[in-house]
Amino acid sequence: MSCCAPGAEMALDLVNTGSVLPSSQEIRLASRSLGDDLHQTDLSVPAVHCAACIQAIETALGKLDQVESARVNLSTKRVAVRWRGNQVPLFVAALGRLGYEAHLFDPEVDNRDKTLSELIRAVAVAGFAAGNIMLLSVSVWSGAEGATRDLFHWVSALIAIPALAFAGGIFFRSAWNALRHGRMNMDVPIAVGVSLAYAMSLYETINHGDHAYFDASVSLLFFLLIGRTLDHVMRERARTAVKGLSQLAARGAMVLRSDGTRDYLPVGEIEPGMLLLIAAGERIPVDGKIIQGTSDLDCSLVSGESTPRNVAPGGPVQAGVLNLTGSLTIEATAAAKDSFLAEMVRLMEAAEGGRAHYRRIADRVSALYAPVVHLTAFVTFLGWMAATGDWHRAITIAIAVLIITCPCALGLAVPIVQVVAARRLFENGIMVKDGSAMERLATIDTAVFDKTGTLTLGQPRLVNAGSIDPGMLAIAGDMAAHSRHPFSKAIAGFAAPSGQRKFDAVTEHPGFGIEATVAGSIWRLGRRGWAGWKARTGGEGKHGYGGTVLTRDGFIVATFDFEDAPRADAKAAIGQLSDAGVSVQMLSGDTAGACGEVAEMLGVDDFVPCLLPSGKVECIETQAKDGHKVLMVGDGLNDTPALSAAHVSIAPATAADIGRNAADFVFLRESLLAVPLALDVSRKAGHLIRQNIAIAIVYNAVAVPIAILGHVTPLIAAIAMSASSLLVIGNALRLQSSIPSSPAKNVRRDSRSDITRLARFS
Amino acid sequence: MTTLAYLIPVALFLGALGLGGFLWALKSGQYEDLDGAAERILIDREDKLGRQPSAGEITEPRPSRP
Repeated sequence: MSCCAPGAEMALDLVNTGSVLPSSQEIRLASRSLGDDLHQTDLSVPAVHCAACIQAIETALGKLDQVESARVNLSTKRVAVRWRGNQVPLFVAALGRLGYEAHLFDPEVDNRDKTLSELIRAVAVAGFAAGNIMLLSVSVWSGAEGATRDLFHWVSALIAIPALAFAGGIFFRSAWNALRHGRMNMDVPIAVGVSLAYAMSLYETINHGDHAYFDASVSLLFFLLIGRTLDHVMRERARTAVKGLSQLAARGAMVLRSDGTRDYLPVGEIEPGMLLLIAAGERIPVDGKIIQGTSDLDCSLVSGESTPRNVAPGGPVQAGVLNLTGSLTIEATAAAKDSFLAEMVRLMEAAEGGRAHYRRIADRVSALYAPVVHLTAFVTFLGWMAATGDWHRAITIAIAVLIITCPCALGLAVPIVQVVAARRLFENGIMVKDGSAMERLATIDTAVFDKTGTLTLGQPRLVNAGSIDPGMLAIAGDMAAHSRHPFSKAIAGFAAPSGQRKFDAVTEHPGFGIEATVAGSIWRLGRRGWAGWKARTGGEGKHGYGGTVLTRDGFIVATFDFEDAPRADAKAAIGQLSDAGVSVQMLSGDTAGACGEVAEMLGVDDFVPCLLPSGKVECIETQAKDGHKVLMVGDGLNDTPALSAAHVSIAPATAADIGRNAADFVFLRESLLAVPLALDVSRKAGHLIRQNIAIAIVYNAVAVPIAILGHVTPLIAAIAMSASSLLVIGNALRLQSSIPSSPAKNVRRDSRSDITRLARFS
Repeated sequence: MTTLAYLIPVALFLGALGLGGFLWALKSGQYEDLDGAAERILIDREDKLGRQPSAGEITEPRPSRP
């Protein structure tokens, strides 16, 4: 790890103490058999980032018994491990020793991108064909005649056949699909134009004609396929990055059978009535009721509450909640498909209908464009028939019109801008899931923020450290290092553990706190009523009411106040949004008091507290009905339906998996300035897209009359088409310079610290 | 004119060779991990342990499940 940023090792150590390794049963469940006793397990390792990391991981894993091979994929930050035998090798632990946190990666959600490889193959074939045909065409244009010209045309025709069949298939299928459902899309004029041009050229070739359009039809496919591939690459890249970041949902649970045996079962096989053993640090897989044990639960993902909830036997628990301090035995009350998580998914699917109505700008343009093109070509044909009565000439000119108007520049106009914009956002730590998200973001007039985890970090922070005796703080820090409770982490983070103090015994009392004995005296850190058993525990005492205290032999010696820190730049981000003409609102599941405090601190004028997930959706839908375009920024599981219901949505990388999947944008850094930045880039991109479409239309306005008058030779068609495409690409590249790059150059380190924080969350 | 009779096939053959090479590289997974390929050149392979599988071999998804 010598290559990593200084201090990173320590940060990773800190993470490791807080994480729980997936059990070998869980790994077995997630691995897939390759036959012949060989298994492959895919791990997501977010911290891999250089050659030294690759080598360290591959060498260390390769040395393990039973491990056949290990291969790191740096682009997706994954490790594929192949192993033999029944016993699962301890590769996750081995990675942990090296300082890399690994998560199981479900290969099932990762059906590899077949479309992309098909598109790239199509681009390659079309490019090969276009290049060769163009070579032959240039010879024809520069004066080849007679038998030579015919030979060149025949060779061109032969090269074009596989290109049309293979590369053109993508357009033919899509066009046919649209026509069959009574719709019109951009692929219809492409398919018609290309095939008509080929048929006409073949006819010309057979009859020893002067002009053939093989080059036009193939190079058209080539350009359009480039546009389509760019479009696809952009969406896919963001998607794999989002998927690889972390895995949150529990994959299975240890089931206690009535005969006392223990079985590790996948979530799908857990049925109501089964007893589940949940260790501290595990996520609860299904809704249930606690039978035995006490603990603290981190419900922030589910309810948005930032303070851990203390639970005891008889209490209900919801799927997705993280068990923090003690081990629990729960009885499942619902199967996974009926759990709270599944309920969220259903709410989300119901909410998504609203967004499905959005039509991408390219589709809207092509819906107008395609009929116009066909009509123009048809009218041209009729006109020339009426004027000259020469059907051959009329058809040739009509095809020339069809080819020259084919939306080549239009096909590139939108994706190229979106790719450049997505790249720009990616450099600033924002991932875009698809191009239409940017189009939608550019139109918003209202931004709705969730509180916990979005405007605030969702982690408690010690606020009164300055007023605590440093000696006491150090003791508290050493004790806190033994616990995973968020408050303990906050204290431990503040008072760097000295590690010198010798505690005789440290025990954690789930739901209460930590107890340690030092030289005969008992120290307790935790709930006031429990820790300060000899002190006054209620009312406005010397140390304030309630809260977390440190006691020595039952007397309070220090009090700790916690506060959820606002996310960096939250205030500035809200200010910038207001300046951009967007009204800002806050929706939260938290209490009115907590919301009011945050709203005042950050300058949010409007907030609605105490909302259930469905309440947030209702709020957003009411605003949408009033004609507002709403941006939702949220992170929790409870925000997920709202993220889907909003016109467009943004989630931080620390969000729940399902939340990140529902959101259109994911930002990786802590700063909330990502939101106004994304808005800015999207608006600029929208502007450029409109410009590009205008360029394409102007091009047609110039080229079409020339074609209608019958002056278009293949040479002119080729030049015009290439020129318009290059113009559109050049215009899109202007976006690179118009947006300031990230203020700090240490992009790498930023993303690293974000990843470690993310790892801590998962 | 007679030169064309072999120049054109030769040109096409060379072009197809390039195309075939590209398609082969694509299929064998050489474009799976471009960032990794850029970094791997720095790794010293002298103390190689056993056989290192090729990129395509290991990232290729297999349908069979236990």
